[in-house]
Amino acid sequence: MQAYEDGAYEDWNAERAAAIIAAGKDREGPLLPILHGFMAAFGYVPEPAVPMVAEALNLSRAEVHGVVTFYHDFRREPAGRHVVKLCRAESCQAAGCERLADHLEEKLGIGFGETTPDGRVTLEPIYCLGLCALSPAALIDDRVVARLDEKRLDAVLAETLR
Amino acid sequence: MSLHLTIPRDAGALAVGADEVAAALQVAAMARGLELTVTRTGSRGLYWLEPLVEVVTEAGRIGYGPVTPDDAEGLIEALAGDGAHRLRVGRPEDLPFLKRQTRLTMARTGIVDPRSFEDYQAHGGLEGLRKAIEIGPAAIVEAVTQSGLRGRGGAGFPTGIKWKTVADAKADRKYIVCNADEGDSGTFADRMLMEGDPFCLIEGMAIAGIATGATKGFVYIRSEYPHAVAAMEAAMTAARRGGMLGRAVLGSAHAFDMEVRVGAGAYVCGEETSLLQSLEGKRGTVRAKPPLPAHKGLFARPTVINNVLSLATVPIVLARGAAFYRDFGMGRSRGTMPIQLAGNIRYGGLAEVAFGVTLGELVDDIGGGTLSGRPVRAVQVGGPLGAYFPRALFDTPFDYESFAARDGLIGHGGIVVFDDTVDMKRQARFAMEFCSIESCGKCTPCRIGAIRGAETIDKIIAGQDVARNIAVVEDLCQTMKFGSLCALGGFTPYPVLSAIRHFPEDFDVTPHRVAAE
Ligand SMILES: Cc1cc2nc3c(=O)[nH]c(=O)nc-3n(C[C@H](O)[C@H](O)[C@H](O)COP(=O)(O)O)c2cc1C
Ligand code: SF4
Ligand code: FES
Repeated sequence: MQAYEDGAYEDWNAERAAAIIAAGKDREGPLLPILHGFMAAFGYVPEPAVPMVAEALNLSRAEVHGVVTFYHDFRREPAGRHVVKLCRAESCQAAGCERLADHLEEKLGIGFGETTPDGRVTLEPIYCLGLCALSPAALIDDRVVARLDEKRLDAVLAETLR
Repeated sequence: MSLHLTIPRDAGALAVGADEVAAALQVAAMARGLELTVTRTGSRGLYWLEPLVEVVTEAGRIGYGPVTPDDAEGLIEALAGDGAHRLRVGRPEDLPFLKRQTRLTMARTGIVDPRSFEDYQAHGGLEGLRKAIEIGPAAIVEAVTQSGLRGRGGAGFPTGIKWKTVADAKADRKYIVCNADEGDSGTFADRMLMEGDPFCLIEGMAIAGIATGATKGFVYIRSEYPHAVAAMEAAMTAARRGGMLGRAVLGSAHAFDMEVRVGAGAYVCGEETSLLQSLEGKRGTVRAKPPLPAHKGLFARPTVINNVLSLATVPIVLARGAAFYRDFGMGRSRGTMPIQLAGNIRYGGLAEVAFGVTLGELVDDIGGGTLSGRPVRAVQVGGPLGAYFPRALFDTPFDYESFAARDGLIGHGGIVVFDDTVDMKRQARFAMEFCSIESCGKCTPCRIGAIRGAETIDKIIAGQDVARNIAVVEDLCQTMKFGSLCALGGFTPYPVLSAIRHFPEDFDVTPHRVAAE
């Protein structure tokens, strides 16, 4: 899943990774659930986890690497402590999300795909949250927010980005 | 005195503060010494009224919305008295927006408690599954075929024919896969159904299993929908406990169980073969057809892959009969379609209507025009791969063939409204950019063509050689349309070419030309 609680991540440890692999490996089509497991535990897919999964599932490292890099959700580096994902798909565009995008870039001092130098916030685009009847919408950590304008966005950020 | 309220837990309602409202109402009720019962439901799809709080009375439910936490005290006071309040909207069923609808697939969404198997049954749930068990596989397939139900995921393929192919296939194991990837902008009906009436989807999948001999189902839900994932998981647990899933479905000789799987943020994984690749744990690249998934699908076994709404419509088809369902609609588009009104729209939400209502009725009458109050200029129907229609095409009836005849598509039924501030060159550019971001990379026209397309539209935006560059874009679109393996590359020309064709003024008037005049 996309959103994880702030501060809920563990530091990389091989034992924990092995437990996640063991819990998932007998499912039909185990790779995605295991990678989601790493994301939930560590906040990203740590490099040393790749050969471990490859070995357990009898895949080549290249295959696992190929899957990790194909999907937008799987990070290979930890994100900032908070992740702000602003929807930039058509319905939200129709309701003015591009203005909000400029506002966020200015406020946070970073572009989309970047993390603030203090590691506090990562800003990313997302393409539709299914909240299109309430556009514009965003996902801030694991909180969905919609019917946004600059004022409401600022208020939500003040509550969530502590 | 005691009060019974319903408050949605639907992601849309949560995104505008439903939890905060629920908490504030509890506090306000406590302060007045009122006993308060709250049932968390899905959404009725009247999103401009969310959070919509309803009070359960002898005369039915009375709605109030949109409620903010600041309204809680006043609302509780009103509810303790005669119910008069400035946010009172009356019985939701009496609102014009709902009155004009025919809710078949989404009949229970927003009404029942999605966590309660008992509530589901109290509202007609399981009638379809019981009927299915009674009549058996061949008659189920026949009923679905006769109903005229076509896939609601976009392509509109007859569901009965798909099921028959899988039913006739011989294999040691078969699968039912529910496509809950719903990546199109402007669509949210799958999400609403899973969050508001998850047992209905489970029932549809169990019926599909019995019809085809499949014993295992997967629901592939996009990761952007964590609330839908939670609702499905909770409902599956309750369904298993209630004997609806497991070794003997409702005590019959049929076994069926299912699992939820979460996607990982790739739009192309909504394409059925790419979705199967993803479920198998591979990169979500598109597979060439044949073989069809119905012959060789998940783990190379015969597989039914259907959209959420297609599967969730099956229970009512069986419960009420094929003819009942087929009698709604027009031409070869039978039954009802949950249409999603989104973007810059006054009454955004879910409108389930029989096929045949015109685009103009949907946008102007049901949707109430734009939220900004400015004129509607363009509407995109059918997601990021759908065409942009101008007002001149508002007489187009909502049905698969009528849209195709005007170079459009209804897709998953999403309508995104834009007012007159929209710049159609930018929308055309976005379509190309989206295709390049989401391309699975398998074919050149899609992988490279979309990047080239975005670059060329940038030149048009900058006013360089406009006529020639428009010709380049049109040529690229032809190549993408005919040279792509799947509809991601193949349909991106729809938004691009429709923007150029219906809104030429946005492409012609450039700073360069103005300066040259
Ligand atoms: C790029 C692309 C994305 C798609 N996304 C979805 C989707 O999100 N949900 C869906 O049900 N079908 C989607 N489809 C259509 C599926 O490939 C397939 O036709 C559908 O799941 C079949 O189910 P149905 O017959 O019940 O509609 C997509 C197709 C393409 C080419
Ligand atoms: S058209 Fe695009 S998404 Fe579809 S198979 Fe080709 S490269 Fe992949
Ligand atoms: S387009 Fe932004 S929520 Fe759907």
